[in-house]
Amino acid sequence: MSAPSTIERATDLPSLAVRNLNKAFGGVQAVRDVSFDLAEGELLALIGPNGAGKSTCFNMLNGQIPADSGSVRLAGEELLGYAPAEIWRRGVGRTFQITATFPSMTVAENVAMVLMSQQRELFSFFRSATHRHRDRAMELLDLVGMTGQADRPCGVLSYGDLKRVELAVALGNTPRVLLMDEPTAGMAPRERLELMGLAARLVGDLGISVLFTEHDMDIVFGHADRIIVLSRGALIAEGNAEQIRNDPLVLKTYLGEGQIYGQAED
Amino acid sequence: MGVYLVQFLTGLASASALFLAASGLSIIFGVTRVVNFAHGSFYMLGAYFGFSFVQMVGGGAIGFWVALLLAAVAVGLVGLLVELVILRRLYKAPELFQLIATFGVILIVQDAALWAWGAEDLLGPRAPGLTGIVRIMGTPMPVYDLVLIAVGPLVLLALWLLFNRTRWGVLVRAATEDREMVGALGVNQSLLFTGVFVLGSMLAGLGGAIQLPKGGADLLMDFGILAEVFVVTVVGGMGSIFGAFLAAVLISQLNTFGILIWPGGTLVLMFILMAVILIVRPTGLLGRPETVGHKAAAGFEQALRPAGPHYKLFVGGLLACLAAAPVFVDEFQLVLITDIMVLALFATSLHFLMSTGGLVSFGHAAFYGGGAYTAALLVTYAASPFELALLLAPLGAGMLALVIGWFCVRLSGVYFAMLTLAFAQVAWSVAFQWSEVTNGDDGLLGIWPSLWASGTQVFYYLALVFCVGGIFLIRRVVFAPFGYGLRATRDSTLRAAAIGIDIKRQQLMAFVFAGAMAGLAGGLFAFSKGSVFPDEMSIPRSFDALLMVLLGGVESLSGPFVGAAAFTYLHDELITFEYWRLLVGSTIVALVLLFPQGLAGAAKHHLGRFLKLEADPEAAAPSPRRKAREA
Ligand SMILES: Nc1ncnc2c1ncn2[C@@H]1O[C@H](COP(=O)(O)OP(=O)(O)O)[C@@H](O)[C@H]1O
Ligand SMILES: [Mg+2]
Repeated sequence: MSAPSTIERATDLPSLAVRNLNKAFGGVQAVRDVSFDLAEGELLALIGPNGAGKSTCFNMLNGQIPADSGSVRLAGEELLGYAPAEIWRRGVGRTFQITATFPSMTVAENVAMVLMSQQRELFSFFRSATHRHRDRAMELLDLVGMTGQADRPCGVLSYGDLKRVELAVALGNTPRVLLMDEPTAGMAPRERLELMGLAARLVGDLGISVLFTEHDMDIVFGHADRIIVLSRGALIAEGNAEQIRNDPLVLKTYLGEGQIYGQAED
Repeated sequence: MGVYLVQFLTGLASASALFLAASGLSIIFGVTRVVNFAHGSFYMLGAYFGFSFVQMVGGGAIGFWVALLLAAVAVGLVGLLVELVILRRLYKAPELFQLIATFGVILIVQDAALWAWGAEDLLGPRAPGLTGIVRIMGTPMPVYDLVLIAVGPLVLLALWLLFNRTRWGVLVRAATEDREMVGALGVNQSLLFTGVFVLGSMLAGLGGAIQLPKGGADLLMDFGILAEVFVVTVVGGMGSIFGAFLAAVLISQLNTFGILIWPGGTLVLMFILMAVILIVRPTGLLGRPETVGHKAAAGFEQALRPAGPHYKLFVGGLLACLAAAPVFVDEFQLVLITDIMVLALFATSLHFLMSTGGLVSFGHAAFYGGGAYTAALLVTYAASPFELALLLAPLGAGMLALVIGWFCVRLSGVYFAMLTLAFAQVAWSVAFQWSEVTNGDDGLLGIWPSLWASGTQVFYYLALVFCVGGIFLIRRVVFAPFGYGLRATRDSTLRAAAIGIDIKRQQLMAFVFAGAMAGLAGGLFAFSKGSVFPDEMSIPRSFDALLMVLLGGVESLSGPFVGAAAFTYLHDELITFEYWRLLVGSTIVALVLLFPQGLAGAAKHHLGRFLKLEADPEAAAPSPRRKAREA
């Protein structure tokens, strides 16, 4: 399939440039003046305690909730103000903290759905969709190791398998930027490392820039090119694994919130 | 000046009874998430009980008010019965089942009231000591109206105290805000639900009772108040009592002053107001957004699989029977089968919207009637040939669906459902009130097919081609990319939006398509009967469609056909009895309680495993709701 990866990319611009993003829910400032860049091909981790505002950031980046103010540019083009569907068409895909798939469709159909949407076939009333894009869907499922369950309804899958399907769905249109909200949450430790390793390899092969949140510090330190730290809605630190591990403010945030990450101290 | 002031006060007075009924509905919905369609019936019962109790307790001033309170208590007991016997078993069922069950209660109550109090309208007793008239700036006004004006705020105050100063009330409020949390606190949920339902019923009963001196009691009160109560609760914001009060005042004022401005159009005004408010504030004046997870259309998430080999044989056999029918059956039965096919197309179009789109419409008859009127108006005013009129019927209905759907798809869940009902009611009132064009209640007559198609047999084949063709088309669309995209929006709005699906557009197109198909059925209906009446657009007709879908089962695509046949059979069998509503109502309630999957669903469930009716046996995916609960 000819993916949008052939589109010429401006090399001097970051994939995603986020500036002064703000969001308040009632009196709670969930996200405060957040600014960062996601470089081309980078794996950037956004970490922070529960309730820090990570998911809220993601939701603004993909247009699911409106930002109060700020700017998000994809290769120079402003994204804020567009609906999620349009932001997806411009090349920003995402996975959800709690997986979101279509439970009444089979695994293969879930992936085929992306391809139908990408090729703008959704207003076709007559042709049959039951085996549409099956070959391409199977290729994608092969990447995440799910071909064996291609014809099972998504509603009966285990949580770990759903995460894999979601990954295949997110890769379906080869986005420029992929947002992964806690890609390994709710999985067994071994499975986590495996899935994150897989995701990192796939996006590396496809040249996709990734922003992800994650609670498991082994995964963050093992896979992120760079880490930014969010606390109570504001960014408090930025750097590589070594720098973040030794940042006094980060340590205080985690200790202060009563959330000690054992892995952070080894 | 005085005239306007009195007009204003009259509006306030009529707001009270409306507020009582609406607050009851709102409280019930807030806690149990059940939209109680029988609420109008409770209001009507309040009036009838009040009438009897006043006669029994006597004419004194104290006796009168005691009698009204007793009426409220009696209605509360009826509510208790309904909750214990019916609703308690349905809280976890899809919303549609609760609605249909409470609709069954409406029918039962109608006949019970007919049996107990007779068909005559009852003149309300006057309130002792309050029968006089006061003059306000020279304009006369009944004293009782002043009492009514006070009752609304008094009840509002009492409810406020109940919900803020008592433990039980605080629990109810907490349950309204977060049901899961209250469950986690270890509160006895079913007791709470029962209590709330009884309280809501009593409020409706009191509302019906206090308006006795002004309006009396009659058998049409239930549907009459229901539409208004819906509007008030939705405009005020479901679950908000202050909102219900505000909206009741607003609607009553609109009604009283609307009569001065546009006498024939008060219904239309009311529903236009509702539409405008809901577009600006989708959750009503004081309502809060639904928390994620309360999904109105739950229960339709089952996987759909293409037909298996045996199912295709079954459908082929059915088609062969239909094609050969004219050889075996007489003309009367042929007309009956034509009716069933037309209704099956109507029901299939609604089924498509509900099962594939997850969009529960309470007003689908607007498009059935829309198609029928399109055809009839074309024949009457444009002398259009039959063939053209029939082909334009779906187009007219589709255009109507485009306009109505444009508003409705902005809302979701129960608000979507109620807005469709509101617009259908507007459509009905236009057909009913605009008699210069539509001939009002007398209907449009002489809508016959061309000579070549006017024989019963020819028309039968014509209907067969169009209905079966329409149903196949709908089935085709379900399995086309459009149907998949629509199902995606139903399964997960988050995921759908995150893979580039424009949810509102997908839903609007589905609404238009379903509307057009209903319009085709309506057009066929008009030509098969030779006439069209506003009834084809009414709330009961929309319910007929829901009922057929329910009878056939929401999960199977062939369900609507079975449903239409069962509906027609039931209707024709039962209508000959004096108390047919009681029978129909009880049957509905029994069906909902016994076969929550519908008739076809039940049959399929028991036979499906070894008959291979579906292509893929692993189709029974658990609903995402259940999955979410387990996660
Ligand atoms: N829809 C919402 N309404 C109100 N508050 C919200 C909403 N979404 C998130 N919040 C609040 O915003 C803050 C950040 O939440 P979130 O972005 O989910 O954090 P994280 O993903 O880092 O755990 C929390 O205090 C949360 O309660
Ligand atoms: Mg989060």
